Order: sequence, then C-alpha cells, then structure tokens
Amino acid sequence: MWEYTELVQEHFLNPRNVGEIENPSGMGDVGSLACGDALKLTLKVDENERIVDAKFKTFGCASAIASSSALTEMVKGLHIDEAAKITNQDIADFLGGLPKEKMHCSVMGREALEAAIADYRGTVLPMAEGEIVCECFGVTDLEIIRAIKESNLRSVEEITNFTKAGGGCGKCEEKLRDILKATGGDAFEIKAIEKKSEKMTTLQKIKKIEEVLEREIKPGLRKDGGDIELIDVDGDFVKVSLRGACTSCSKSETTLKQYVEKKLRELVLDTLIVEDANS
Amino acid sequence: MNTKADQVIYMDNNATTRIAPEVIDAMMPYLTEYYGNPSSMHNFGGQVGREVAKAREKVANLLGAEPEEITFTSCGTESDSTAVLSALQAFPKKRHIVTTRVEHPAIKTLCDNLDKLTGHRHRVTRLKVASDGTLDLDEYQAALEDDTAIVSIMWANNETGVIFPIEEMAAIAKKRGILFHTDAVQAVGKIPINLNNLDVDFLSLSGHKLHSPKGVGVLYVRRGTAFVPFLAGGHQERGRRGGTENVASIIGLGKACELAAEKMKEENSKVRALRDKLENGLLSTVPSSMLNGHKTDRLPNTANISFEFVEGEAILLHLNRYNICASSGSACTSGSLEPSHVLRAMGVPFTAAHGSIRFSLSVYNTEDEVDFVLEKIPSIIASLREMSPFWNG
Repeated sequence: MWEYTELVQEHFLNPRNVGEIENPSGMGDVGSLACGDALKLTLKVDENERIVDAKFKTFGCASAIASSSALTEMVKGLHIDEAAKITNQDIADFLGGLPKEKMHCSVMGREALEAAIADYRGTVLPMAEGEIVCECFGVTDLEIIRAIKESNLRSVEEITNFTKAGGGCGKCEEKLRDILKATGGDAFEIKAIEKKSEKMTTLQKIKKIEEVLEREIKPGLRKDGGDIELIDVDGDFVKVSLRGACTSCSKSETTLKQYVEKKLRELVLDTLIVEDANS
Repeated sequence: MNTKADQVIYMDNNATTRIAPEVIDAMMPYLTEYYGNPSSMHNFGGQVGREVAKAREKVANLLGAEPEEITFTSCGTESDSTAVLSALQAFPKKRHIVTTRVEHPAIKTLCDNLDKLTGHRHRVTRLKVASDGTLDLDEYQAALEDDTAIVSIMWANNETGVIFPIEEMAAIAKKRGILFHTDAVQAVGKIPINLNNLDVDFLSLSGHKLHSPKGVGVLYVRRGTAFVPFLAGGHQERGRRGGTENVASIIGLGKACELAAEKMKEENSKVRALRDKLENGLLSTVPSSMLNGHKTDRLPNTANISFEFVEGEAILLHLNRYNICASSGSACTSGSLEPSHVLRAMGVPFTAAHGSIRFSLSVYNTEDEVDFVLEKIPSIIASLREMSPFWNG
C-alpha cells in the first residue's frame, strides 16, 4: 500500500474541477491508455491573459488524479506567465509530497500544463522533437534530460520514478545511463558505469582469463598436485578442464565455483560463469 | 487508525487468509507450555515430535499422499525453489526447463535467474496461454525435450484462478521420463487433489493460503524421487530440510488441512455460489466490464474482472473507504509500471488490464458482504469513468 498524504487522499476522493471546458483557450492532452495514465487539461484564459477556469479529466491512479486536481486549483486565477513557471515539484509540494515512485504523476501534470499553455500561445513544444529513448512509455531524450536537470536526478531508478522511462522492458537502461552521464547527473553512478561498460573483445577476454589462470590459480592447484586448462570461452561461459589430482578430487566442483570462478569474476569480469568441460 | 478484522469485507483470500479459530486453538499450547524441541531425546520434546508427525499425516491425507512424502518448509516460495533446484542438481546434464508465462514470481523469477543461481547455462521454455488463460497441450508436448530436467506448472493461477490440466500434463512428462513439479499454492484446499493417482513428483503448498499462519509451507516429494536438499543442516525432516521445525505453525497447518478436507464441499458449493453471484452481478450491472480467465476451468473462489477505462489502484482505494479488501493487476499497485504479466500473457488489452480487480473469497464470506460490494462498485466505477478522458459513456 502506498503511503499517501492526507492531502493526496483528500484530492483523490474529492477531486476539484473535474470535466472539460467547452471551446477552451488552451488544451493539453498527455499520456495514454497503454502507459496507464493520461491527463486532459483544459484552460479558459481571459483577455488579460489570466486563467479564469481550469478543468481536468484523468485516467490513472490516486496520485495521478490528486495531482491533476491540485494542478487545476493552483493555476486558477494566475496570469499565464505565472502558471508557466509551475514545476512538477510545486505540484508535489502542494499535496504535501508524493511517494518517490509516483513522482511521474506530478511530471504528467506539468507536461499537460505546458502543452495547454503552448496550445493557447500557438507554439510548438520542443519535447515533441526529441528522440524516443524508452519505447515502452514513449519518453524522449529531451524529456529525460530536462527531468535530470530540473529535479537533480542521480540514478536510473530516479529517472524511472520521474519519467517512467526504463520502467517497462528495461532495454533502454544503458541509454539512460549514457544520458545521465552526459547530463552530469552521474556523480554517484560513475563507478557502476565503468564496470558495466568495460566491454572486452573475446580475444582480450581469453587473454585476460589465461593470464589470471597462470598467475593466480595454477600455482595454488599445482601445490596439491592438480592443474587446470582453459578449453573454451563462449560469452560469459568459461569452459575449463581440471587435470592431475583435481580429476579424482571430490571437492573439484567446489574448487571450480568457490575458487576459480570467484577469482575470475574478481579479476576479469563479474558475470563470468565457470563450467567443467567434462560434465 | 488500525483496521480490525471484524470491520472488513475480506475478498483477498488469494493473497492471504484468516487463520481459522480452530487452528489457533490447536497451535496455542505449542507457543506456550509445550516448547520442547521435537528432536530432543526427553519426553518433553518427544511429545512435540509426535504432534508434528500427526500434522504430517493430516497434510498427507488432504493431498492423498503418504506422510513420508511431506516435507515442511517455511513457505511456498521455498518449496518451489527446492523442487526446481533439486531436479537440476539431481540431473546435472539436463539443462532445460518447461514452465508457463503466467507462473507466480516464486517460479518466474527463479527461472529468470537459474544461470546465476546454479552456475550453469539453462534453457527455459515458457508456454503461452490463450486469451482465456488456458494452456495448449500440443504446445506443451512439443516443448518437452530429451534434456528437460523438470516441468514446473502451477495448478491454478493466483490472479485469474484458471486451473491447468495437471493430471494430463504430469502423465505426459512421466512418459518422457521428466520430473513434474506443480505450484499448488492456490489449489490446495479449494479443489480436491489426490496425488496417489497422479504422476506429480513435486508439489508446493503454502499454509497461509488455507487458513493457517504465514511462515509454513510444504513440499511434497513423491517416494523414490531423487532429491537434493535446499537447506543443508540438521537431520530434521529426515535430512530433507535442515532447521528446527516451526512446530506451532506445522501443527496449525495440520489442523487447517483437516478443516479444508471437511469444508471442501462448502468451498465448492457455498463459496462458488457467492463468487458467481458477485461475478454475474458485476458483469451485468457495470457496463464495459469483462471476466478475465476461463469461465468454468477456474477455482471456485476467484473472480478477476476488468472495468475498462479506469485504473485499478483508484478502484481499490475507493473500495478501501468501505473497508472492502481486494487486489488489482494494475501497474500502479505493484510498484512496477506495467500491468500484471498474467493479463499481458493472456493478451488482455491495456484498456482493461489497468482496470482489473481480483476478488477472492473464502468460507468466511457472507451473502450480505457480496450484496454490499455489488451495491458499492457500480457508483465507484461510474465516478472514476466520469473523470476518465477515454470514457464516452
């Protein structure tokens, strides 16, 4: 169960300004059924550019509905230039905060507001021109970069919480890391990137594995009258064959896993899996 | 602030169940006076061991099994992991597994991580389901290979209640010399099971799904099946599962199995009638609502219904206001951003998957409760649809 503030619950159960303004001065329509939430915001703006009415229709969870309700309350009475300054954090603050996994609901509110203002002014939003990074939720690189900068995001998980990008199949995770790095939001993530992006060619990998076997592993085994030979490397799978005393040793499986694999993961690549070529 | 049991209308029994009062009574002495260790030599402990043995018999009776085929574990998830990993270790040359796309995370996540867990490469075939959640036996048969180590298929699905033809599938696996495991966590106690006549080698069950406490489960292992323990340790459970027995809960589970056998008829008559009334009532009074899962090949207590163009979490929170407990396959309730993998595997459209609600009943539900839910839901759905941009009702 989500820990929603009293204000979120109150705005969810008694949403303000539900509906659609006929002949609106500006309309913002964001999200989709497939994504699980969507918001249609309509504004009425008077001749002094003041928002005199705002209504919403939302498909989504409690925090999406509460964020929409809050948004309409916040913009009513504001000059359009003032309204344009509202951030997603302002919406979350108005509600006394949102669970971190639900921050994207406030982002949806701000996106709808921007779209409605752009519609009123007759301008095109730059977001529409970005390149789609997350295909599951149709999130563009420009949206992601903006969220990283505005909300000071530090990890892929936070990007997902705010924009939903990466929350589906997860295939864009690497791209998100790259964007995070390029945007400078990666101060705390940089270590993880280095380890992951350490892409070796198969030849480099084999060379490194042989080196570690020679230097770190064989001397120990030879002391007990055993030996080890590298048979094949296929992706993460390292096929080896134990020799000498090792072949008759009841602990050989343990040796492979606890010793050889551990060392190789430590010194070569932490995804390696060692297999006995004879089994 | 706390919500008490007597205030709620509890229709979330596939998540967990109320502990039967008779089960509590059976357990209490073993949480107070009789605290001996069942493995001890002295009579103070030994008498507890005899009660554990009786509980084992009661579980065996419900399943149509022998007591020695029953191993107590800590939960359904442990039983699932034990069965699959045991088969892979017993037959290390067999590197293929057959399962389905709609398994509980206990099996789904295990199969996703097999290579990492075992240190060997495995192939996993995940069988598709039709739009009504049922499996295709021909596809199943074709999926079996010479190096298939084990088949793991749930007896009944936790989200939709759809029952799979375990009898036939186990027999087919046996003919091919392949071990067969079934996660029967949702089936045990709700439909009759007689393992005596079946070719099932492993079966998992969980205590808290049938009115006994959380933290106790069972793995049935057919006599003569090669077995490698998951938890190494003492000689408890005849060396099959180390760790001092969760005595009180095991005794509670024994009592719960006895009760389940007695109430099996009620489950399939009274509970089924209540479920049908709820289901038919909702489908007929709420427009654009639909049943997820096969109409008849289904547990008697489960109804999974989609209300199109509204979102499940919002429905649940409205129900919560009336102390009605249910659950949803919506993305927003799970912490993930995508709706239930079960509904997606069935091809339920997004318009409906996000608005799915699972009602799962038990013998403790009453007709008044069903009437109350039927009275409240239509207006909840109508009010949410009124604010949905996709609803043109």
